[in-house]
Amino acid sequence: MPTAKVNGTDIEFENGMTVLQVAELAGEEIPRFCYHERLSIAGNCRMCLVEVKPGPPKPQASCALPAADGQEIITNSPMVEKARKGVMEFLLINHPLDCPICDQGGECDLQDQAMGYGRDSSRYQENKRAVEERNMGPLIKTIMTRCIQCTRCVRFITEIAGRSEIGLVSRGEEVEITTYLDQAVTSELSANIIDLCPVGALTSRPYAFNARPWELTKTESVDVMDAIGSAIRVDARGPAVLRVLPRTNDEINEEWISDKTRFACDGLGRQRLDRPMVRRSGRLQPVSWPEALAAVAEKLKATAADRIGVIAGDLQDAESMKATLDLFRNLGVESMDCRQDGSALGDGPRESWLFNSTIAGLEAADALLLIGANPRLEAAVLNARIRKMWLSGKSRIGLIGEAPELTYDYEQLGENIGAVLRLGDKASDFAAAFRAASRPAIVIGQGALARADGAAVLRTAATAAAEYGVVRDGWNGWNVLHTAAARVGGLDLGFVPKGRGRAAGELAATGGADVLFLLGADEIDLSASAAFVIYMGTHGDRGAHRADVILPGAAYTEKAGLYVNTEGRVQRGERAVWPKGEAKEDWAILRALSDYLGRRLPYDTLDELRARLFADHPTFGQIGYAPGSASAALDLGKLGDAGPWSDTPLATPIAQFHLTNPIARASKTMAECAALAAGVKLAAE
Amino acid sequence: MVGILEDKDRIFTNLYGLDDWRLEGARRRGVWNGTADMLSVSPEWVCDQVKESGLRGRGGAGFATGLKWTFMPKQESERPHYLVVNADESEPGTCKDREIMRGDPHRLIEGCLVASYAVRARDCFIYIRGEYVLERERLEEAIVEATKARLIGPKNINGWPCNIRLTHGGGAYICGDEMALLESLEGKKGQPRLKPPFPAGSGVYGCPTTVNNVESIAVVPEILRRGAAWFTTFGRPKNTGTKLMSASGHINRPCVVEETMSIPMRQLVEEHFGGVRGGWGNLKAVIPGGSSVRLLPADEAEVALMDFDDLASRKSGLGTAAMIVMDKSCDVVAAIARLSYFYKHESCGQCTPCREGTGWMWRIMERMVTGEAEPREIDMLLDVASQVEGHTICGLGDAAAWPIQGLFMHFRPEIEERIARYRSRKANVPGASLIAAG
Repeated sequence: MPTAKVNGTDIEFENGMTVLQVAELAGEEIPRFCYHERLSIAGNCRMCLVEVKPGPPKPQASCALPAADGQEIITNSPMVEKARKGVMEFLLINHPLDCPICDQGGECDLQDQAMGYGRDSSRYQENKRAVEERNMGPLIKTIMTRCIQCTRCVRFITEIAGRSEIGLVSRGEEVEITTYLDQAVTSELSANIIDLCPVGALTSRPYAFNARPWELTKTESVDVMDAIGSAIRVDARGPAVLRVLPRTNDEINEEWISDKTRFACDGLGRQRLDRPMVRRSGRLQPVSWPEALAAVAEKLKATAADRIGVIAGDLQDAESMKATLDLFRNLGVESMDCRQDGSALGDGPRESWLFNSTIAGLEAADALLLIGANPRLEAAVLNARIRKMWLSGKSRIGLIGEAPELTYDYEQLGENIGAVLRLGDKASDFAAAFRAASRPAIVIGQGALARADGAAVLRTAATAAAEYGVVRDGWNGWNVLHTAAARVGGLDLGFVPKGRGRAAGELAATGGADVLFLLGADEIDLSASAAFVIYMGTHGDRGAHRADVILPGAAYTEKAGLYVNTEGRVQRGERAVWPKGEAKEDWAILRALSDYLGRRLPYDTLDELRARLFADHPTFGQIGYAPGSASAALDLGKLGDAGPWSDTPLATPIAQFHLTNPIARASKTMAECAALAAGVKLAAE
Repeated sequence: MVGILEDKDRIFTNLYGLDDWRLEGARRRGVWNGTADMLSVSPEWVCDQVKESGLRGRGGAGFATGLKWTFMPKQESERPHYLVVNADESEPGTCKDREIMRGDPHRLIEGCLVASYAVRARDCFIYIRGEYVLERERLEEAIVEATKARLIGPKNINGWPCNIRLTHGGGAYICGDEMALLESLEGKKGQPRLKPPFPAGSGVYGCPTTVNNVESIAVVPEILRRGAAWFTTFGRPKNTGTKLMSASGHINRPCVVEETMSIPMRQLVEEHFGGVRGGWGNLKAVIPGGSSVRLLPADEAEVALMDFDDLASRKSGLGTAAMIVMDKSCDVVAAIARLSYFYKHESCGQCTPCREGTGWMWRIMERMVTGEAEPREIDMLLDVASQVEGHTICGLGDAAAWPIQGLFMHFRPEIEERIARYRSRKANVPGASLIAAG
């Protein structure tokens, strides 16, 4: 390995590293504004200057300079010090001194580095530059006078998000960051530029003037807005979740999160169910917990087990589903389903419903076939990963289904699943490329599986996957893209009808059940059902409106819980705040209910419940682990059912990206975004 | 005879447009004579000849042209090679390439073909300044003529298939920087790219590219025709050859001439440009090469030679050899302040020191002109200039700092006096800050 000398210490590095990376390797901190590991190198802030020998007798921008064997890198010489102080002075002369009213205060790169390289007072006597604000939509607040033109936002939106909607216009002193014709940024990942902005030019609009970073309790947790399970940090003050930020997890979200993940959190404080209720004379009346639980127990005892149905929602943690299963199986209930959307998955081995290549592993795929999936809406962060794969220039992307606007080029090979059988007939050579690929992957979405003919579509797609060798030694490219955070956990637990049990769709139909227990299920249409509905959940959404008894539960930020993402990776969410009002953690409600039913669940603490869960389902014990291609043995030919499929085009189930779950539907910010996306002009503010 | 160079040794024989600029006239003047023979030897031979001639880039930086060509890959790969000719002549006071393209476009085109052969490029782009409309039309016409006569193009009689394309800029000074020029050529915003990678490794569209000035390219065929040894007979060692030189400002006969390198500045001014207005004794200062070098006061100009090394030893530079001559009637501070405004206006805004520094320096300079500035601001201005110089992506930061540094190097007492005079008139005014605040 080549060796360089950093401030007199020898350090070995890998070929291709930059001087900045080598210096960091040696433990030297290099100040920077424009450089970011995941973006292209701009080299324009000039803050990372170091002295390099051999080389010209002037400081060099270390972020852009390739390190060479035998190089001497000096980061602490007077020349470097003077150069950095000079750059810092230039950055500050036109930067307003408004830190006391700036939302970035306390987490501002410029503020921090000014401590190290700034002067105590300014030599600049001229008037400071003022820049007009730019409209970047309801999420991003701009104070462009603070901008230091590092162009991180431009590079993120162009490179990662794949929408060229932000740019640097004009030149010299007058350069400005602007959006295209002052329109809002439309990317689902747009708000990541708030994190990227090293100063307070781009800040969070919903969070504006809400809190200072040092007032917040920070809890590391997992996101439930989609099935990716992005790593997040929940920042709360007192009982309120004020913001959600991404954490770095290279396996899943790198360091991005979607706008929904970030901004739906204001929905956690609206429309909340904070006390138990029972419907009396047509109106929901607040009652005490014992009254509510007694009412539920009475109804359940009075109903035959085969007339009871249980449906689990999309945001549930594994523990609450496990407790529900234990309780209702004990009552003899067989009609239990976690698939509100009627997805055809659930029979067969675990690998049949996982994203087997893993999200990070997808980057290695050299041919990708999307079937009935729109990753941009269903998993925006995964979409960025597919774009990264596409940008490498080594892979082809085909799509079967309705043609959405994605952030990469693809070939639409057909609208319904029949196209997968006729791949070879096409004039396009995609079939040949797919067959020749050493790592072909299929991403099949709920748009293909959650339909009446889902099982037939699944069989057809899986058969084709087998034919094209999508599963082979050391590579498993059979990828199911889920949209619900709870789904894989539910399928892993076997939260599907057993024996003569009925599926969610049948339970919701007329006469499907006499009593329905909804575990946070809000996305199912009960208008035809006359059943007595017990709703356990967090928001006054569709399920609660239809409910006869409401048991208020805890949202994902209010309980510790395990979630299994679409890869089959078990992740642990943590409690950031307490449940609202009289609401309780879900498993505790079920445990209390079990007493009223006279069938006490055998656990008194969450740890005992988890111990039981791990014993019954060992996969849940492997926290942070995704099986990936270790699960190469998968008989694709047996998935689903043979049968006819309809010609209806495969279309994504997500009509409105911003409104997919009860938390997002309660969020004011998400409502604004949805209205904007729908083209409605809101008189914002 | 005036000057040193004899008529028989001139390369640019239609500099003033007295003769026909078209193909026929160019042929009469020896252009396109024996081109096929030059291309019958190897590209290495062409490079060697140019190296031996000691030709240094005529765009201002003075990098050895032959050496630059050898940085190109020796074999063509799947990535094509490109030659880019920098005709974005926007340097203040400079119009030498304009005269070539106006009067002798075929000399440039012939040079393009020969240089393309030397770097194994089958496509050559000429990036011409947007304001050069007549020159663009002439060059376009000349390319058509040469293509029709099968002198260039896919199957030409000279034996090296090469297409020459002309593209014009949008009027930004920064696009004269080779890296910004490449960006602009690709249709992007003209902001200099980072080096490394250098153009020879990754230039236009990521392919190996050589970027040369118009004059550097245009003299190459003549060097090959007459031999490298002929070229080295002019000038001093390491500063050989002939060069287009010009003067503007307070001189009696502003024009462009071809002269030998290392001609004494005074001789050049007196014999070719009719002398300084009011005589040599009336000279105050000279900026020798466009505007992007430090100026020389009269006593230094007296002894200076017009070549790279002599001027560099005087902490100035040859630049484009387009002198800006200022006599004693000239407010040299105002002149440099105007240049500061130019650099502030032309800064691309990409990197911090130049974006913020050029405007700051210009504003202080404006106060220096009136004398409103405080005395301590002189050192501050020089400090700011040193914080810009050498800290930027491209050379514009250096170019903005040098005129100011040159001014204070030679005329500091004059500015101090000006400040003192201003303050003496306003006895109780503490200085600029109050006035600026008002």
